[in-house]
Amino acid sequence: MSIHNRQHNLNFNIIGLIAVIHLFFIGTALCYAGYDYIDINNPFLRKIPIAIPLFKTVSENPAEKRMSNKSSDLLSETLKFTGYFKILDQDAFLVDPGKSGIIASNINFQNWTGIGAELLITGGFQLSDNIIEMELRLYDPFKGRLLVGKRYKGWISDQRKMIRRFCSEVIYVMTGKRGIFDSKIAFISTGSGNKEIYICEFDGNNPVQKTRTKNITLSPAWSSDGKWIAYTAYKKGKPDLYIEHLKEKRSVVVAKKGINITPAWVPGKFELAATLSYSGDPEIYMLTGTGKIIKRLTYNMGIDVSPAWSPNGGKMAFVSNRSGTPQIFILDIKSRKVKRLTFHGRYNTSPSWSPDGDRITYTAMENGQFNIYVISADGGDPVKLTYNEGDNEAPSWSPDGSLIVFSSTREGGPSRLYVMTSYGTDQRRLLALPGEQTNPKWSPNIN
Amino acid sequence: MRKKLWIILALLLVIPGLLFTASCAKKTVKSELAVTAAAEKTSQQASEIMREKMAAKNMFINEDIYFDFDKSNLLLLAQDVLRRKAEWLWSNSEVSVIIEGHCDERGTNEYNIALGDRRAESARNFLVDLGITGSRLTTISYGEERPVDSGRNEEAWAKNRRAHFTIE
Repeated sequence: MSIHNRQHNLNFNIIGLIAVIHLFFIGTALCYAGYDYIDINNPFLRKIPIAIPLFKTVSENPAEKRMSNKSSDLLSETLKFTGYFKILDQDAFLVDPGKSGIIASNINFQNWTGIGAELLITGGFQLSDNIIEMELRLYDPFKGRLLVGKRYKGWISDQRKMIRRFCSEVIYVMTGKRGIFDSKIAFISTGSGNKEIYICEFDGNNPVQKTRTKNITLSPAWSSDGKWIAYTAYKKGKPDLYIEHLKEKRSVVVAKKGINITPAWVPGKFELAATLSYSGDPEIYMLTGTGKIIKRLTYNMGIDVSPAWSPNGGKMAFVSNRSGTPQIFILDIKSRKVKRLTFHGRYNTSPSWSPDGDRITYTAMENGQFNIYVISADGGDPVKLTYNEGDNEAPSWSPDGSLIVFSSTREGGPSRLYVMTSYGTDQRRLLALPGEQTNPKWSPNIN
Repeated sequence: MRKKLWIILALLLVIPGLLFTASCAKKTVKSELAVTAAAEKTSQQASEIMREKMAAKNMFINEDIYFDFDKSNLLLLAQDVLRRKAEWLWSNSEVSVIIEGHCDERGTNEYNIALGDRRAESARNFLVDLGITGSRLTTISYGEERPVDSGRNEEAWAKNRRAHFTIE
């Protein structure tokens, strides 16, 4: 029950959401019912068939019906995006819950098991005076049991937020994790004529230009609370490091002689690693969030660049050419020992450490083609995730580790952002804007 | 700044000639003509020298040095170019330069900024070894962000893997 109590205590005073009331009749058993729905060895190998019929509206008001159908479509799309589900075709449904019922006592679950649905979501929808009320329930039709039920109330403009909140509940029941629904993606786009940083929602919606340096801008990096972003820009004619608060007007610049590039925030701290070359060659340093050097982390005459932290901050992966070509190395912060991670191929760069800590994804060049690989953080054989489809670069994990965003030229034209599951399945385009889009960085979930 | 210097230099050569002409006002017309011709010749020479100097300067700016893929060591040809650049810097000791390091588009932007930095530094260190004062030489890496040729083939890439010199 502790989970439910915690949920009741959640603060829902986020902008716009006027009130969120939780449903009640959640069986106690289901707190620990969930995780056997998904194969943890490869959760995307077999997609779970889920039925999401149109929501039941209180009235026959066409505006309400329209908004209701939009909500159920949005729910289907959002759950599909996660890669875990196969959304069943509504034409195959034997009953219309809009006409029958949406609560367990009114549902004949055999109508759903009969079409192969292993999960069912029913919804009730009401629209009055620009306020939406939704009741959403996730059922296991085989067990005839409610897994999670919630009621949401908010402005029409909060529709997406309400749907996402319920998706988060669904994913929590399935995986024990909160999912990606409060995360964003920062990336570089050239639509304005210069490389500038843009930020969109996790599913590519609402891209917004964040920087206006009118010059080269690169390498956005999220702090682990999602409140700060660090990046490299040539505002003053050379590559300097900018550390900025996303909402307040607070920022600092690190503009030492040479290059000031590739920031990576230390998990849970207001500190970041970055490459500076003021000593004469590019080395990685630990900096405070205010841009002061704490200590030097690498010692090698040559290139040391692109740090990526393990989730607990104990280790740092980075790219070095100390063995002749760019390869990924791991520095143990405490022991200061450096271990080479990649041995396949002559060009392995842009590491991103999985949120579970066990895997590292990176870009490799072979035969002039760039592709994305995943390797155990302990080393071993890398697994190739992209094949023969243009250049695929700059992978970045989603905060729950289930997805990877990357850039790809597979359409033959300019580089676009793509998403795939962390096992390489379900590769699809995230968004396309004017110009080209590169260097995506997935944020943590931001509350 | 450089233009002004040349104007001053030219004036320095021409003005004494004019003064000389003035001081010899009582002499014959013939000698006056000769003097004017001499002054003209001097100014002609000056402008010729100026042209040569401009050409040398343009060569300094326009001649890039090139690198192999993923390398920042100086090829023999690049070293020859840098020796010529050092000579020019010797005879133009008041000039400070910016050395830009560039890469081809392949590889990560981030690694390429570091690689461009290494390339510019290689050129800078070579010039310092030849006796050019380090404080006259600043480096900026542009990584793969400013290609001269946007083609996607080895010919274009080879042109983009370069260090370029500009005068501050």
